[in-house]
Amino acid sequence: MNNSKLETINYSLYYGNYRALKEINIKIPENKVTALIGPSGCGKSTFLRSFNRMNDLIAGVRTEGKVLIDGEDILKTDPVALRQNVGMVFQKPNPFPKSIFDNVAYGPRVTGLKDRQKLEEIVERSLRSAALWDEVKDNLGKSGLDLSGGQQQRLCIARALAVEPTVILMDEPAASLDPIATLKIEELIHELSVNYTIVIVTHNMQQAGRVSDYTAFFYTDETRTGQLVEFDDTKTIFTNPHDRRTEDYITGRFG
Amino acid sequence: MSARMIADKTVKYILFASAIISIIIVLAIGFFIFRESIEAWTELGVGEILFRTVWRPGQDQFGILAMIVGSVSVTFGAILLGVPLALGCAIFLAEIAPSAVQSVVRPAVQLLAGIPSVVYGLFGMVILVPLVRRINVPGNSGYGLLAASIVLAVMILPTIASVAEDAIRAVPENYRHGSLALGATKWQTITKVVLPAGKSGIIAGVILGVGRALGETMAMIMVIGNSVIVPKPLSGNPLTFFLSQARTLTGNIAVEINYATGVHESALFATGVVLFGLIMIVNASARSIIRGQKFIEKAN
Repeated sequence: MNNSKLETINYSLYYGNYRALKEINIKIPENKVTALIGPSGCGKSTFLRSFNRMNDLIAGVRTEGKVLIDGEDILKTDPVALRQNVGMVFQKPNPFPKSIFDNVAYGPRVTGLKDRQKLEEIVERSLRSAALWDEVKDNLGKSGLDLSGGQQQRLCIARALAVEPTVILMDEPAASLDPIATLKIEELIHELSVNYTIVIVTHNMQQAGRVSDYTAFFYTDETRTGQLVEFDDTKTIFTNPHDRRTEDYITGRFG
Repeated sequence: MSARMIADKTVKYILFASAIISIIIVLAIGFFIFRESIEAWTELGVGEILFRTVWRPGQDQFGILAMIVGSVSVTFGAILLGVPLALGCAIFLAEIAPSAVQSVVRPAVQLLAGIPSVVYGLFGMVILVPLVRRINVPGNSGYGLLAASIVLAVMILPTIASVAEDAIRAVPENYRHGSLALGATKWQTITKVVLPAGKSGIIAGVILGVGRALGETMAMIMVIGNSVIVPKPLSGNPLTFFLSQARTLTGNIAVEINYATGVHESALFATGVVLFGLIMIVNASARSIIRGQKFIEKAN
C-alpha cells in the first residue's frame, strides 16, 4: 500500500457512556478513493466525521486513541485549519442560499481572500473540476438553491474544492440523487482521486465497487458498537473477503 | 344525531363565534374612532391636520405634524439603541449560550415584556431623566427623546429578541455544518450564513418592535416632556436633537382627552386614526415578510 494520508490508532468514540466506535486501526492511502461500507448504524458516518472533527460539534462526544493526518495528531491542530485541509460533502446537498459564485467563493473569502480576479479564477477552476462549469457559467449570479439536486451536489463539491483541501470526505453524496446524477458524481469522484484523497461512505455496494480503490467494511453487533472488520483493496473485499461477515454482507445475506 | 355529534357541532359553532366576535371588535373600534374623527377632518381639512405643526386647541389649530415627528423620532432612537442589543441577545441565545445559561437568560429577557409600562416610566423619570439632565447643554431639561428612546429600547427588546431568536433557530442546521466544514469560524458562520439566511425573520421582528414602539403611551408621557414642538437640536451639535423634548401621537391623546370637547376632541380621534393607520401598515409589512420567510423555508 502507498503512503497513508489518514490513519487511526486504537480509535474509539463515545456518545456519553455509549461506545459508538471501538478501537479502529486503519491506514487510508493518499490520492486514492476509500469506501466505508457496512450496515446502518455501524458508525461509518461518525467515523468519517472524525477526520474533520465535525463530531466536536456534538455535545457529549469523547474519543480515545489517535487520528492522524500526514502523521500529525488532528487533536493538536486547530479545527478551523483542519477543515480547510479536509473538505466535506454531505448526504443532502446543502448549498447556501446565495448565488452560485458566492457559494464557491465562500471558503476562500472566509480565509481572507478579497481580490475579485483571484476569486473569479478560483470559482471557475473549482466549478470546472466539479464538472459544473459548462452548465452554470452564464448564470453565476443565480441562487444555488435553484439548481437541480445533482447540480447542487456538484456545487457543494466545487465549494469544497475551492478551499484547496487535500482530503475530501463524502457522506453518501449520491443518496438523494437520481441514477443519472449519481453516475455524474461517481465519474467526478474518479477524476478527483488523481489529486485528492477521497473517503466516501456509501450504502450502495455497486457504488463502492465502481468508485473505490480500497474498501473498509464496518460492522456492528447487538452492542451497537461499530468496529472495523476488514480493510483491503476493493477487488479483494468484493471477490475474496477474509472475514465471513464481510462475505455475508457483500453477497446480501444481511444488512 | 348522537349527543357526541351534537357536542362536536356546538363546540365548532362556539369557536367560530369567538373568531367572528374578535373581528367585529376590531372593525367596531376602527369604525368608532373614524366616526368620531370625521368632524375634525371635514371642519379643518386633512392638510390642516396632517401637515401643520401648530397645535393650539384654544385657537382651533390642530396640526399634528409635530407629534408625528415626535413619535417617529423616538421610535427611530429606540430602534437605534434596541436593535443591536436585541440582536445580540438573540444570537447569544440561539447560537452561543449553553442550555443552562439559556434557561436563565431567556426568561429574564421575557420578563422585561411583563413589566407594566408605568413602571418603565417611573424608572425613566427617577433614574434616567436626572442622568440625562447632567449633559451640559442649554435648554436640556433631561426630559426628551434621549430618555424616552432608552426606555423604549428596553421595552421593545423582548419582542425583537424573541422573534429574531426564532428566525435564527429556523435556519437549517446543514447550512451551519456546510460553513464550518469549509473552515469558517463560528462567528463567520453566524454573520455570513446564519444571519443572512434568517434575515427576513429578523427584519420582521424589528418591524414588530417598531409597531410596539409607536403604540407605547404611558412611559412616553412620563419621560418625553410632552411639549408640542417639532424636535430640533438644542445647539450646533446635531446630536443634541435627542435632548429636545417632544410629544408622541399616543401621548397627545392621553394627555388631553379628559378635558377636550367638540372639534378638539374630534382632532384627538383624528390623531388616533393616524396612529391606527401607521401601526396597521407596520404590522402588515411584518406579517408579509414573515410569510415570505416561511415560504423560503418550505422551498428548502
